[in-house]
Amino acid sequence: MAHDVHTPTRSHTEYEYLRRQRSKEMRSQLTSFAIMIFLTLIAFTTVSAGFSPYLIVPIILLLAAIQVVLQLYHFMHLSNKGHGTVAFFMFSGMFVAFITVLTFVTIVWW
Amino acid sequence: MDLNKKYTPQTWPDHPETATLEGKNKFVGFWLLLAAETVTFASLFATYLALKDKGPSGMEFTASGLFELPLVFAMTMILLTSSLTSVYAMYHMKNHNFKAMQAWLGITVLLGLVFLGLEIYEFNHYVHLGFGYTNSAFSSAFYTLVGTHGAHVLFGLSWFIALMLRNAKRGLNMYNAPKFYLAALYWHFIDVVWVFIFTVVYLMGVIG
Amino acid sequence: MSSIAQKKGFGATVWDYMTTVDHKKIAILYFISGGLFFVIGGIEAMMIRIQLMKAGNDFLSAGLYNEIITMHGTTMIFLASMPLLLAFMNAVMPLQIGARDVAFPFLNSLGFWLFFFGGIFLNLSWFLGGAPDAGWTNYASLAMASEGHGIDFYTLGLTISGFGTLIAGINFLVTIINMRAPGMTYMRMPLFTWTTFVASALILLAFPPLTIGLFFMVFDRLFGANFFDVAMGGNTIIWEHLFWIFGHPEVYILILPAFGIFSEIFAIFSRKRLFGYTALVFATILIGFYGFMVWAHHMFTVGLGPTANAVFALATMIIAVPTGVKIFNWLLTIWGGSISFTTPMLYAIAFIPSFVAGGVTGVMQAMAPLDYQLHDSYFIVAHFHYVIVGGVVLAILAGTHLYWPKMFGTMLNEKLGKVTFWFFLIGFHLTFFIQHFLGLMGMPRRVYTFGTDQGWDAYNLISSVGALFMAIGVIVLVINVILTTIKNERVGNDPWGDGRTLEWAIPSPPPFYNFAQTPLVRGLDSYWIEKMEGNKEGMVYAEPLGDIHMPNGSFIPVVISFGMFVASFGALYHMDGDKAWALPVLIIGLAITFGSMLVRSLKDDLGFHITKEELLRDAKGGNKDGSK
Repeated sequence: MAHDVHTPTRSHTEYEYLRRQRSKEMRSQLTSFAIMIFLTLIAFTTVSAGFSPYLIVPIILLLAAIQVVLQLYHFMHLSNKGHGTVAFFMFSGMFVAFITVLTFVTIVWW
Repeated sequence: MDLNKKYTPQTWPDHPETATLEGKNKFVGFWLLLAAETVTFASLFATYLALKDKGPSGMEFTASGLFELPLVFAMTMILLTSSLTSVYAMYHMKNHNFKAMQAWLGITVLLGLVFLGLEIYEFNHYVHLGFGYTNSAFSSAFYTLVGTHGAHVLFGLSWFIALMLRNAKRGLNMYNAPKFYLAALYWHFIDVVWVFIFTVVYLMGVIG
Repeated sequence: MSSIAQKKGFGATVWDYMTTVDHKKIAILYFISGGLFFVIGGIEAMMIRIQLMKAGNDFLSAGLYNEIITMHGTTMIFLASMPLLLAFMNAVMPLQIGARDVAFPFLNSLGFWLFFFGGIFLNLSWFLGGAPDAGWTNYASLAMASEGHGIDFYTLGLTISGFGTLIAGINFLVTIINMRAPGMTYMRMPLFTWTTFVASALILLAFPPLTIGLFFMVFDRLFGANFFDVAMGGNTIIWEHLFWIFGHPEVYILILPAFGIFSEIFAIFSRKRLFGYTALVFATILIGFYGFMVWAHHMFTVGLGPTANAVFALATMIIAVPTGVKIFNWLLTIWGGSISFTTPMLYAIAFIPSFVAGGVTGVMQAMAPLDYQLHDSYFIVAHFHYVIVGGVVLAILAGTHLYWPKMFGTMLNEKLGKVTFWFFLIGFHLTFFIQHFLGLMGMPRRVYTFGTDQGWDAYNLISSVGALFMAIGVIVLVINVILTTIKNERVGNDPWGDGRTLEWAIPSPPPFYNFAQTPLVRGLDSYWIEKMEGNKEGMVYAEPLGDIHMPNGSFIPVVISFGMFVASFGALYHMDGDKAWALPVLIIGLAITFGSMLVRSLKDDLGFHITKEELLRDAKGGNKDGSK
């Protein structure tokens, strides 16, 4: 088992570069947070405004889906390098989750 | 692996959470657990949808008459914000800034506690109205779904607190960095589930 | 943890096994407890066959019969087949990929102990007021009406052992993803590793719905929830869906590792590379994928509507395609091979027609209209015993013979092995083939007796005689195990002489660190390649000899599992209302579990190192029998 972690000391330039990259990433995280807040506001407003349920339900489900994508891909870094295998399993899980929910809203017989 | 090895921001690896084999294993294993949790919550959601507003004839409470949006909105904002604060904590973890990480984790825990308090208040309120766990199939499904999420919040908070206390004196190293990272992942997942709870249970409940 | 071999007393050995995190020892634990439950399930099966031996028999009462069929099914699926397969996965898979242990040795041990305490809890129901009696599927409409605590033993026991299985699944997945030796690409993995991988993925995604279903049942029966109470708005079909969303993938969780074992056997004893390795891999993945889309074929007669039935009927028939691909690949592996008819090979050859028979009746039932005729008859019983016994149990018996030297360092007697094989195979077909006809003649399953005027006497008697044959086969196997253990003739690395994969390149049993140096894998059937090139060592190395890091043993897994075991008693007797001690017991049990989890997470566990000198001493000093 590879237990020794080889971490060469970075040069000052490398280190500064890395820091800047991280701050940049953090700024994009803040942007996605703002988007999530905004989406949540829209969802609650549409419901409070009292439109037809046939309009509201697809909209709020779509908003929820976008929020989840933002969480998974930005906050949880699912798009980063080295996440291929786990993303595959996550999507398989979502697939099983989807057919389970689909079943329970269609063919639970009375 | 040497626990006493001291790192500086210059020597701290880019991805401390996956720099060791143990870290890599924990990382992959934890994501797999999240995949299983996805199916777990899907089963709960599916059952909730199948049993929504179902109960004995003459049942008093249905979703549209029960839920109140202002409280749910507050809870959503709090949990969403705590997700961001844990992102800040991980940002500082990657920069090997232990103090800032602990501080942001502390804020995350506080927000989580407020959320949990509001949830307890909400459940207590419903029970006082007469909407108990054993009232109807609907009430059982509602409390089980939202309660399971609440139990996850409680577990996530305990995890954060245990990690913070255990490592308070010794700072970041290769052994605990993956643990902090996974606890933060867990916290995001809890927020993902909540997004569906406020949408499917509360918003879709209010519109009937 | 010295590497000097020492004689240990009985107590020390038990303590060693209770604290071990070594995958090979955990494999032995799984094997022994799985074997024990297999015998218990077998005795229950014999009692069923004695009861049905003649018309109007009164060997068992109707109620006891229900308990026995329920426990027979539950025990055989959850407590015998699964752990026996997990035993082989633990024993062989890390060796096949050139790893020193699994990814999470501690969790590996925890998984075993959870399974073990769950199984014990379930079986204690016999002594504490009666076993579950609603069938292994435990349909809510029946289970909710069951009196006594039998069903609660079922739900709580399976919850605990289900956690254990889920942990084992995650562990194997991570091991295969992260811990393959250099050069061991996915498409060079032995087929048993591949099937372990896919079966573990199925465990990962299929066990959560079962856990949730079991929770609902626990909440309904013990805490007054209303998931399945129709008068309160509940719906019993929810249980059926959740159970089968788990239950159908479960069938593949069992059969895929069985396919893996047979794939290894066909290649080894035909002394040929597996025909169509790539096709076999993709067929395995496809079966895993389709496995999640067919569960409602167990529910055709529920009344889900013609659309749902048609969709699930088609999806079910499609699964026959990748399975057929596999069958042809195996046949073509044997074709033109230089076959040696060892005991494992006999099982493998017998498996093909037996399993195909079960598969064909499966496709018959996939036709929804025909299923209305066959449903709940003995035809179904015949079908699933043909796939489970003809597939999984034959694989377990074959694997026992094949991997015995690797697990225990000595060979099972081939002559007795063949006696077992013939008794078991003949008994199996005698028991179950005739049940197809009983089913077509209208005999219903799960009914404790039948009348003299129904004309089923002779067929049932033949079936019972067949069961006796199987029992004799298993008894011969037990004798074989005892004799072999007493004789204890040690064997070398490759006792079958034709091993192809890495596990045969190291001592039997391997030292506890498996590989002194991590191997470098240069192709499919790594050991075979080295043998053909005249490499006496059996492998080339990816690293120089150096210190090895190993995990510490731990007693905490036993404590965590024991806490759950205690808590289950509390939850179970809490519903009675008149037992004041129940709630404290529940709380104490949970406190033990969570407390020991906390201890585990607060205490650093960094493992220990084996030095290069110790490794050299092992290599020279003949400490090859795997003891520390």
